[in-house]
Amino acid sequence: MTPTATLLGLCYLVAAVLFILCLRGLSSPESARRGLLLGEIGMLIAVVGTLLHKDIIRYDWILAGLVLGSGIGIAISAWIPMTKMPERIAFSHAFGGLATALVGVAEYTREAEHLAYFKVGALGFETFLGFLTFTGSLMAYGKLQGVISGAPVTWKGQNFLNIGLFFGSLCAIGLLVVHREMHQVFFAIAGTGLALGVMAVLPIGGADMPVVISLLNSYAGLAACATGFALGSQILIISGALDGSSGLLLSLLMSKAMNRSFANVLFGAFGTALEPGQAATQQSKSYNEATVEDAGAVLKASQSVIFVPGYGMAVSQAQHAVRDLAASLERRGIDVKYAIHPVAGRMPGHMNVLLAEANVPYDKLFDLDDINDDFARTDAVIVVGANDVVNPAAKKDPSSPIYGMPVFNVEQSRSVIVLKRSMNPGFSGVENELFFLPNTMMVLGDAKKTLLAMIAELKEGH
Amino acid sequence: MSLEWMFNLYVFVLATFVGYQVISRVPPLLHTPLMSGTNAISGISLVASLLAAGSHHSLSQILGFVAVTCATINVVGGFLITDRMLRMFRKPPAARGEGAPDAKVKAGRSS
Repeated sequence: MTPTATLLGLCYLVAAVLFILCLRGLSSPESARRGLLLGEIGMLIAVVGTLLHKDIIRYDWILAGLVLGSGIGIAISAWIPMTKMPERIAFSHAFGGLATALVGVAEYTREAEHLAYFKVGALGFETFLGFLTFTGSLMAYGKLQGVISGAPVTWKGQNFLNIGLFFGSLCAIGLLVVHREMHQVFFAIAGTGLALGVMAVLPIGGADMPVVISLLNSYAGLAACATGFALGSQILIISGALDGSSGLLLSLLMSKAMNRSFANVLFGAFGTALEPGQAATQQSKSYNEATVEDAGAVLKASQSVIFVPGYGMAVSQAQHAVRDLAASLERRGIDVKYAIHPVAGRMPGHMNVLLAEANVPYDKLFDLDDINDDFARTDAVIVVGANDVVNPAAKKDPSSPIYGMPVFNVEQSRSVIVLKRSMNPGFSGVENELFFLPNTMMVLGDAKKTLLAMIAELKEGH
Repeated sequence: MSLEWMFNLYVFVLATFVGYQVISRVPPLLHTPLMSGTNAISGISLVASLLAAGSHHSLSQILGFVAVTCATINVVGGFLITDRMLRMFRKPPAARGEGAPDAKVKAGRSS
């Protein structure tokens, strides 16, 4: 080993340790920022070390890419609102996937003929996963952003085709290991990865986005791992493994929070539209439409209030209004808590970040298991744009598509105030009987405007 | 399978194990920062992109340039945005300071 190579190896080792410490720091909010700083230092060491690598013979393209990438990265992170975080994450998975895929293509075209058999296989796998992550994340981004319909798009034989494409690609990678000079096979694998990313995310509905985003996170990590195997770089293998296991763990947690298997999320096309007959019965049921004054009266008479935020809070950017309403309730001596479901919103931890942005102290935020017994002792629950996570059908109705999913027992509280845009079932299409219960008040309209009106209402009457 | 491959496999399996152990300790509160943090770390593919962009092969340079740009966006953007998020998670007593003028009153009543 040359001295430079030894130095580089040590740099990578230090970086790997710092990355693990970075993730270790995330086990509590107090240590998280310090941990992140260690991660940043690790990355800096790894990048600076790599610039000393003997195979790097020119720096112009590198410098251009670093400057351009930093500029875009700084701009995005400075201007993106917190409510757009799921979109940002999906978009960055797309960048990560594209980067690894392009590295795979570059490596293959540069030295396919000189590579060991297994390395060619790793390159094929890397390129396949990278492109799959790229288009899959772009699709997820499109669905989140509303460019593509958030509803699941399904057709006959879809799962069959997707599974066929996946195993076809694995076979093609096998073929490439034997015939590494077959460029057309390599590019067919790349093309299949691109196509499969689109096809695999199309049938998945908006409400399942937390699982999809976590899974794409895992794929991006695995692609980085494959790069590590192809280049013989341990730092890539370690970082990719950390990313991959994080994504895998999150997607398992998310699936569990919906009581659905992985396979069901990926192939189930959850949230298909209701049959016309079913939709009609829903329309005819009666519900209590309440005004802001009615809701205000209930709140004034309450001693304890729990907020249950959902994706609707993110859509109407109502997190600050929620915080302000909580503040006026607390000023009246009312006890306020927040119930956060693992799959509320469009990505893991979505609601926590939004409420943190609105300055809600995190000891007020409670997980499903910690708060579910409190609803029976609570005077009023305010549901802000949440739907499936408060649907009692998950507990009672075996025919419901969400049956078995752990949900909040909001209906056990004395009164439930639901803030909702309209009585449309939304694209998830699952009927929510909570809205039709006698102790539920429906306050229809934009959540933020309703909340602001409620704050004004609480200020007026004493 | 060569010795190097077996060695890399060991690294992969052990790193996955460590990752799983460390990450299962992250509370749901911090799942979004976790995701955006690991996203920044997976920007380590920048290292491989640098090698491609700095090589002598012209197609590789161009692909490498795009890859360096994408990976740098993830590294720089990922760390900055994660830090921006983590800054928002404040300790309960610290919440008194800004934007929560009522916290003192509430704390007084509940105790």
